[in-house]
Amino acid sequence: MNPGDYALIKCVEHGLPICHRPYAKIASQLNVTEQEVIERIQQLITTGVIKRYGVVVRHKELGYHANGMVVWDIADDKVDELGTCIGRYACVTLSYHRPRHLPQWPYNLFTMVHGSNREEVKQKVTEIVEKCGLQSINHNILFSTRRFKQRGASYTQDSHCNSKQSNPHGHKNRLHLVKSEKMSINNATEYT
Amino acid sequence: MNGADHQLSDLEQHLLNDFQRDMPLSATPFADMARQLGVTEETVIASMQLLQENGYISRIGPVFRPNRIGVSTLAAMSVPEHELEPVAHIISAFPEVNHNYEREHEYNLWFVVTAANEEQLNIVLHDIELQTQYSLMSLPMLEDYFIDLGFELKWAYKHA
Repeated sequence: MNPGDYALIKCVEHGLPICHRPYAKIASQLNVTEQEVIERIQQLITTGVIKRYGVVVRHKELGYHANGMVVWDIADDKVDELGTCIGRYACVTLSYHRPRHLPQWPYNLFTMVHGSNREEVKQKVTEIVEKCGLQSINHNILFSTRRFKQRGASYTQDSHCNSKQSNPHGHKNRLHLVKSEKMSINNATEYT
Repeated sequence: MNGADHQLSDLEQHLLNDFQRDMPLSATPFADMARQLGVTEETVIASMQLLQENGYISRIGPVFRPNRIGVSTLAAMSVPEHELEPVAHIISAFPEVNHNYEREHEYNLWFVVTAANEEQLNIVLHDIELQTQYSLMSLPMLEDYFIDLGFELKWAYKHA
C-alpha cells in the first residue's frame, strides 16, 4: 500500500462508474492517468489486497431469500482444516475463524450459507456436516430476519472522490431504501 | 422492473454470472464484456446500470481481502425487540458500519464495523455503545478460509 492508494480505494470501494471509460473518469478525479489507475488496480489484485474483482451481486434480490450465519464450536487445533472444508461449498460465501466470547458465546467458526428458503439452508448445512465430518460438533444457524444495511465497506472516511455523482441511482439511494426494509420471517416466498 | 417481479433476460443472467471474477481490466471493460456476449457496449452499460438501480448488483469493482486495508470486526448486541429498530438505525447511521442484520438469537443484532486502524475501530465501537446504551461483543476475524470465486447463481431460484 502506498499513500496514493487510499484516494484510489475511495474511488473504487463502492464500485466503478458504469460508463465507456470508467478508469479515465476515476483518473481525472485523482489527477493521474487512466493507465496508472489500471496498473495500480492490477497490482492490488496481484498482491492479494483485492481478493476478487468484478460484479458483486445481492443474494436476496436474486432469489436467495434465506441467509443463515452458521456458527460452529470447533476445537482450536481443528478449526483450520474444518474451516477450509466448509469454505469450499458453493452455497457458502464466508468462512472465518473468530474468537469465542465465553461463557455467552462458545462458537469460533463463522460461515454464511445461502438458499432459496430456510429448509434449503438447513439441508445444505446437513450436507456440509456429513461431508466435512462435523457430526459431533455443536453448531447453530442464525437466520437473518431484517436487513438494516448492506453495502461495500468504507475503508476511507476522510479523502474525497466524486465518482458517486456520476451514478445518481447508485448505492447511496439504495442504501436509503434498505435501511428499514422489512423482511418476512414466516413466508419462505418473501425476502428473508 | 422491480425486485423479484422482474424476469431476468439471458443477457442479464450472463452479466450477473459471468463477470463476478476476472473482470476484464482494460480501459473499456464494458466494451470487452459486450464483445464476449455479442451485444453492443451501450446495451451492456444500460443493462448494468439497470441491474444496479434495481439492487441486483451491489457494485462492480473490488472485493478487498479482510484486514489488508483497514481493520474490521463483527459485532453483536442483544437488544429487546421493542428497541431493536431505533438501535439498528443508530448503528446503520455510522459510515463505518457496512452490514447490519437482525438475526434470530439472543444476540439479535449483528453488524460489521470497518475502520482505518485498530485505534479508530475501538473509538467507533465505544461510540456505538455510548449512543445505543447497549454493550456489544466484538469478534474480529482471526483467519479467512474462504476463497472467493464469486457466487454461481442458479436461475431456477429467481422466482422462488
